[in-house]
Amino acid sequence: MSDIFPKWTNRLPLMIITGALLGGTGVTAGVWYYCTNKYANVGYMPVQPVAFSHAIHADQLGMDCRYCHNAVEKSWYSNIPTSSLCMNCHNQVLKDDPKLALVRETAQSGQPIHWVQIHKVPDYVFFNHSVHVNRGLSCVECHGQINKMDEVSQAKSLNMTFCLECHRDPAAHLRPLDKITDLDWQPKSAESQRADGAKFMHDWKVESLQNCSTCHR
Amino acid sequence: MADVIANVEVKAPPAGLEREPLVLNQRSLGWISDAIAGVAEGKTPRWWWIAFIPSVIAMTVMTVMIVYLLSTGVGVWGPGHPVMWGWAIINFVWWIGIGHAGTLISAILFLLRQRWRTSINRAAEAMTIFAVMCAGIFPLIHIGRIWLGWWLFPLPNQNSIWPQFRSPLMWDVFAVSTYFTVSLLFWYMGLIPDLAVMRDRAKTKIRKFAYGLFSLGWTGSNRHWSNYEKAYLILAGLSTPLVLSVHSIVSMDFSVSQLPGWHTTIFPPYFVAGAVFSGFGMVLSLLIPLRTILKLEDIITVRHVELMCKVVLATGSIVGYAYAMEFFIAWYSGNPYERYAFINRAMGPYAWGYWVMIGCNVIVPQCFWFKSIRSNMLIVFILSIFVNIGMWFERFVIVVISLHRDFLPANWGYFKPTWVDITTYMGTFGLFFTLFLLFIRFMPIIAITEVKGVTPQADPHHPLGGAKPGGHH
Repeated sequence: MSDIFPKWTNRLPLMIITGALLGGTGVTAGVWYYCTNKYANVGYMPVQPVAFSHAIHADQLGMDCRYCHNAVEKSWYSNIPTSSLCMNCHNQVLKDDPKLALVRETAQSGQPIHWVQIHKVPDYVFFNHSVHVNRGLSCVECHGQINKMDEVSQAKSLNMTFCLECHRDPAAHLRPLDKITDLDWQPKSAESQRADGAKFMHDWKVESLQNCSTCHR
Repeated sequence: MADVIANVEVKAPPAGLEREPLVLNQRSLGWISDAIAGVAEGKTPRWWWIAFIPSVIAMTVMTVMIVYLLSTGVGVWGPGHPVMWGWAIINFVWWIGIGHAGTLISAILFLLRQRWRTSINRAAEAMTIFAVMCAGIFPLIHIGRIWLGWWLFPLPNQNSIWPQFRSPLMWDVFAVSTYFTVSLLFWYMGLIPDLAVMRDRAKTKIRKFAYGLFSLGWTGSNRHWSNYEKAYLILAGLSTPLVLSVHSIVSMDFSVSQLPGWHTTIFPPYFVAGAVFSGFGMVLSLLIPLRTILKLEDIITVRHVELMCKVVLATGSIVGYAYAMEFFIAWYSGNPYERYAFINRAMGPYAWGYWVMIGCNVIVPQCFWFKSIRSNMLIVFILSIFVNIGMWFERFVIVVISLHRDFLPANWGYFKPTWVDITTYMGTFGLFFTLFLLFIRFMPIIAITEVKGVTPQADPHHPLGGAKPGGHH
């Protein structure tokens, strides 16, 4: 017996158990924090071809989201406006500004500007913008305070937990329909939100849809 | 004391009450150690290589097939409308069923004080573990995207969803993984004293180290033995319900659905009986050649084989009763769909599969009523292979025949496996035999200490027993 293993190996089981516990905790904690959309995607802010500032347009000038994203109430997607729409104002305002050269050029040619998409859900998720904004869900719920962003970045994780938080409890998030694009709007209190949310759910027949086929077909 | 015992005469029991000894030819304890441990010592015999090389090749083929499946998609297999479950589930249930003999022998027969189990329990437990490994491959790879296999377990995740606990497929995950864990622990714990024997006999440094490591410092002290016996009893108690639960839950994969041919309450007991039946069939197929090749006829005796044949006969008859009862209920229920499903089973396009099953599972085991057949090793070996074939066909009958004719004739089809199905299944034999041959080569294939315990001289009151000079190992 004794000549096979030295005496210190008696401590080996304890060392292995301790190591496995510590290592296992470390790996779990690491995966928990780093391997998430929250860590990987929130804050994603790619450089766009034109330095368009939502802060100036939506906040300072008070333009409504739907002036540019005008299909959001009718369509499953929220459209990016064509350059000719920009020219409605910019043929008067800053009409020679070099920063807008690409906008003028694409408005002429009819070619789209290659904006970089930020908010993405996987192909097997069927998200419909119109159904959400027409039932009291504000842009800000998923996109954050775009009206305060000079450059747009992803504000929310947009993972399935994020979707389900609202789908499991829509009353906590619904707001009056005229406040959908008011990204600064706040409910008076948590109680009033709960009461109003419950009323909106009843009036607009909002259901807490959690079937797989709600989002996946 | 010693001289007192020497003066005591041991009276032989009356002729009618005498039991056949479990170890023949009055072999000594030392002989038992040498015979069993010797299998895993010395030069590797030629027959071992002749069996091992094809096994490794078959296992490699299986690996290639799995890589092909995962890289291309599950479409390389045969299942398709209307037979959406094919060979993967058949093979899974078949292998899992085979695993049942090991636990039955090691747990239930232990609690029932069946001393003959000692000669076969180790190999049967090893067979169980390897069979469950072969079985486990199929549910894992059939999902196609194995990197999402962890979704089967209730782990917190970013999707905020849990597995569907109302699904019997979910219960399967728990049943099979529990079964594997407990079987492995039971097997390993039983091995510890024998690994210590191997360690003490080891000549080379590597063997000393390896057996020393896995025997966990076993010294054979009184305290070790008393802890060991307690742990063995506890594990036997834990394993006993598993013998019944695992295949019951596997049967619920089918019976919880509402398909005629699957939706029957008889399934759990019928599946358990079938599992024990196929498990003993496989134990016989493995041990009959081994006892001859390894010259262990004195330890795995004809009596052992006969007893196993009787288990096969009993469980085979239960299975036959279940087949008959399925037909009776189909008639008695008055449900036309149920009746059609069973008439189609026996007379439809897959009738050949049904009658292979009946032949192998119902008729073949009836031969074991006869002692002349039970004690003829060659015939028992051949019949045990039929048992294995029959049990594979039973799952084929249940899965494919029940699915191939839907309620609408427009949904009827005829299932054919692809070459990938066939080679993957054949390849699992490669995995099984590779592991089993490694087990034979490196581990004591019979529980040395337990066999010694059932010899007459293990009894301290026996003239040859007790601690005395020369009487000890």
